[in-house]
Parts: sequence; C-alpha cells; structure tokens
Amino acid sequence: MVDLLIYLAASLAGMAFILAMIRFVIGPGVSDRIVAFDVVTIVAITVIIITALEEDRVVYLDVALVYALLSFLGVIVVARYLERGF
Amino acid sequence: MSGLLSFMSFVICVALVGAAWVAIRSTSLPMAILAAGLVSLLASLMFLILAAPDVAMTEAAIGCGLTTFLFFFVLGRVRGGEHD
Amino acid sequence: MKTLLDVIGALFLVAGTSFLFLGGLGLIRMPDLFNRIQSGTKATTLGTILTLIGATFLRPEWGIKLSLIGLFLLFTNPLSSQVLARAAHRIGVEKSAKTKVDLLVEPPGDPR
Repeated sequence: MVDLLIYLAASLAGMAFILAMIRFVIGPGVSDRIVAFDVVTIVAITVIIITALEEDRVVYLDVALVYALLSFLGVIVVARYLERGF
Repeated sequence: MSGLLSFMSFVICVALVGAAWVAIRSTSLPMAILAAGLVSLLASLMFLILAAPDVAMTEAAIGCGLTTFLFFFVLGRVRGGEHD
Repeated sequence: MKTLLDVIGALFLVAGTSFLFLGGLGLIRMPDLFNRIQSGTKATTLGTILTLIGATFLRPEWGIKLSLIGLFLLFTNPLSSQVLARAAHRIGVEKSAKTKVDLLVEPPGDPR
C-alpha cells in the first residue's frame, strides 16, 4: 500500500517534470523559460525528498536545502538582468 | 538501484538531453546561459541518484548558481560597449 | 499505529505531487506569462509543502531539517515570483487578450 502510493507520487512528480521541460523547450521568450526553470527547481526538491525516503539516508536533505536557496538566487539574478542589465 | 530510482533517472536523462538541445540550438544568448544552468541542475540530480550527495551539492552550488550568476553579470557588463 | 502514520504520510505525498502535476499542466495551458507565473508558483509551493508534511509523517526523526526546507521555501518562493513578474511588466511582456484591468500601468494625462 505505502510502496504503491510512493510509486504513484514519483510518477506524478515525473509528469510535472516532463511538462515543465516541454514549456522550457517551446517557450517563446526568455521570461517563460525562467518560469519553467523555477518550476523544475521546485519539482527537483520533491524528487530529492522521494529519493531520500527510498534510500533512507538523511544526508540527501542537505542537497534539497541548497536547492531551496539556489532557485531564489537564480531567478533574482535573471530578473535583474532583464530589468536593468546590471 | 530500485525500480523507482531507475524510472526517475530515465526521466532526468530525457530532460537533460532536451535542455542540452535548447542550449545548443537557441539563438539568443540569455536563453543559452539559462539552458546551460538547467543542464547543470539536472546533472546534479543525476549525481544525487547515483549516491554522491557531496558532489551533487557542489555541482548545484557552483554549476547552477555561481556560473549562471557570473555569466549574466558579464553579459550585462559587455552588452553596451563591445568593440566590433 | 506505525502503519497508520505511514499510510497518512503516503497520502500526503500523493496529494502534494498531484498539486505539482497541476502546476505543470497550468504551465503548459495558460495563455500568457503572468498566468504562468501564477500557476507555476502558487500550486508548486503548496505541493512542496504538502510533500514535506508527508515526509515528516513517514520519518518523524527528520522533522527539523524538513521544516527548515519548508521555511526557506516559504520565504524565497513568493519573493522570486514577485520580482520576476515586476521585471516582466517593466520590459513590456505582452498580456493576454482577455486581460480586463491592469492597475500597475499609469493612465496617460490623468494624474490622480
């Protein structure tokens, strides 16, 4: 039961990943690609948590912490570049 | 490696090839930098699934964060005053 | 008791990842950039928070680190979406044809 539900959760996260990647490939402008980048980063945090649950290692959560800080930094930098060009 | 992790690594590899294709084929420079950052992020996920969390952390901090920041900084500096 | 907590945590995981999937679907189907920002940030934030709650039910001893990740997400995610939307509005990304009202644009010749 629990294993089946975790498999279902992993496949739903994989589908979200694929949809965000489709938007990244076909997106018409730079701004759409930044939104897709943000969504891929947030889905990657969920993928890391499911991997940590599957492997049962707490060390993997540190990488999720780094990701949660980095998505913020990347989007801020790109938005500032688009707005003013440094 | 269990079935769930091999499924996830398959999805990540397909997305990695798509991001690399965008990085090569796009005509605008910010788009290519962003796609290169996405390639680095997905490679870091792949390192994590292959059970190397320290390498994954370094790749995420340097390849995705610092390199993208540096490229956009230099692009913003260069854009107005480049010669020929 | 342990099995009940596991089942509740797995249900939270499925709920969170279905919100992530709906966010990705909205990213494909929404007409312009601002709607995409809306669906791509709000739905995925809720989905990630639900996933963190589910992981806390599955492994209660990881609670502190998971709540730290949730705190960082709650701080940084709305901020990045707001900065991105402001930059997109300033560089003049075209809006959808169905947009009724835009309060950020100043009316010409009518200083109020």
